[in-house]
Amino acid sequence: MSDRGKQGPCGPQGVSRRGFLTTVSSSAAAAAVVGAVAPTVAEAAPRDASEPTPIVLHVNGRKYRLAVEPRETLISVLRERLGLTGSKPGCERGECGACTVLLDGSTRYSCMTLAVEAQGHIITTIEGLADGEELSELQKAFIHEDAYQCGFCTPGQVMAAEGLLRKNPAPTMDDVRLGMSGNLCRCGAYGHIFKAVQKAASTRRAGGAK
Amino acid sequence: MLPTFTYIKPTTLDQAVRELATPGARACSGGTDLLGCLRDRVFTAEKLVSLNGLTELRGVTELANGGLRIGALTTLTEVATHALIGAKYQVLAAAAAAAASPQLRNQGTIGGNICQRPRCWYYRGDFACARKGGDICFAKEGENQLHAIFGGDVCVMVHPSDTAPALMALDASVRLVGPRGTRTVPMGEFFVLPSKDHTRETVVEPGELVTELVLPPPPALAVSTYRKLRARGAWDFAITGAAVALGLRGKKIESARVVLSGVAPVPWRVEAAEKELVGHELSDALIERAAQRASANATPLSGNAYKVALVRGAVAEALSDLRDKG
Ligand SMILES: Cc1cc2nc3c(=O)[nH]c(=O)nc-3n(C[C@H](O)[C@H](O)[C@H](O)COP(=O)(O)OP(=O)(O)OC[C@H]3O[C@@H](n4cnc5c(N)ncnc54)[C@H](O)[C@@H]3O)c2cc1C
Ligand code: FES
Ligand code: FES
Repeated sequence: MSDRGKQGPCGPQGVSRRGFLTTVSSSAAAAAVVGAVAPTVAEAAPRDASEPTPIVLHVNGRKYRLAVEPRETLISVLRERLGLTGSKPGCERGECGACTVLLDGSTRYSCMTLAVEAQGHIITTIEGLADGEELSELQKAFIHEDAYQCGFCTPGQVMAAEGLLRKNPAPTMDDVRLGMSGNLCRCGAYGHIFKAVQKAASTRRAGGAK
Repeated sequence: MLPTFTYIKPTTLDQAVRELATPGARACSGGTDLLGCLRDRVFTAEKLVSLNGLTELRGVTELANGGLRIGALTTLTEVATHALIGAKYQVLAAAAAAAASPQLRNQGTIGGNICQRPRCWYYRGDFACARKGGDICFAKEGENQLHAIFGGDVCVMVHPSDTAPALMALDASVRLVGPRGTRTVPMGEFFVLPSKDHTRETVVEPGELVTELVLPPPPALAVSTYRKLRARGAWDFAITGAAVALGLRGKKIESARVVLSGVAPVPWRVEAAEKELVGHELSDALIERAAQRASANATPLSGNAYKVALVRGAVAEALSDLRDKG
């Protein structure tokens, strides 16, 4: 993978701690180039199966132009090419929700999505929720309600909640339970997670805050 | 890592059919079932033909005759929340809402849902089982608590779809397009029993794809519902389910469909239960008799006799629900 490019991904604020580490280690060097590029769709006749296809991904308000193999999933491209390691690979079978991201505002498992298929959609990951160092109300609610133990499932839980609240700003507890049912928590923090989602919902409604 | 394959995203149906006709090609809609199968090496694909460039296959439209056309690429979320489906075809909205998880419903399509492959753990695991071209169905002598109590033969898997029994209860039909043109297949003839061919679940031929589902107008006074029994309250396949649709005149049942999920290699229609219902009003005694009929003639395996009682319960609960609504 190291021959695919050298430009490490760094947020608008500069090099993150994780971005710095991955750039230095070069094991996850990414071919991410920021800039305006027309989306390329893999409509041409298929070539050699392992030959990378050029694609454009819109992630957290930025455009990334890179070349991926058709078999590469969105979770692996986000993490290993773009250095966006917030989304977690858990089961990689659509069963745990740790990899949840938003595609055009709807929740989706990035482990069950091919990167080539994510073209032309607006992708939002956990890294896209905060405004610089200022966490979103939803993220703050998770902290205030102590809605995690080990934290592995948390990015996926937060994204599932974000998707739920965008569709339903005033969910009942049953709506929250159902809306969050695609995310497992091995630590069993469900009660606190549900409370955090309801808290964030009321804060958002009160303040119109993000 | 997924195994390697080439990828193409046609923008016309003609191109999709041409691409699908090449050996080793497979259709990919939401990919929620397909990618799992490829990752677990259940089968291989030389080429994925993404259907997601075919915008004409997306969405729900009302037909002049009062029926409904649902494009194959319509997501389960769209089916579950569509106002017309919720108003006229409740069993389908309920079945789509009960399938999988919110994320999978946002991504999974109704076309993919009826074409999904079996969830049997031997089929999905590292076993050369009958359905994969081997000699035996390991579930017959092995772990079979989630397997078939009806219609098993060479293979005792259960069909995993929630929407298929609902569509069957609504007398829906499937529109297909392939190298030899288009055809329409009633839901009742879409699925293939293992006794006929245990290596396929549907009549879809290589190179063919599902383009839409067509729902006939419902009877003037129609009620329908889906009762799904599963181990968890959400995000699980049906252990047993009942899709029930009734056409009423006043309180009297004029037409009935009772289709079971989770108990047979195909969505399992029980005409004996339907006959029991037609011509009568829903009473406790009638519900009990119909539920009894639905579970009669089951042939449980070593580990799944409990499903006979579940069938009775699911059918009785679905009917009681309809009595309360009707
Ligand atoms: C953890 C988990 C839980 C699940 N729980 C449930 C559940 O409770 N109930 C339920 O019903 N399902 C369940 N599913 C299955 C999932 O919901 C369905 O698989 C989904 O609807 C499939 O749609 P898709 O578009 O993703 O299909 P894909 O994965 O794209 O395709 C599935 C299969 O159908 C073929 N195909 C796709 N579209 C077409 C077409 N238009 N014409 C012909 N062939 C086509 C593909 O080649 C493939 O073999 C679950 C899946 C997972 C991973
Ligand atoms: S890693 Fe995607 S659902 Fe588990
Ligand atoms: S906090 Fe540990 S898995 Fe949820």
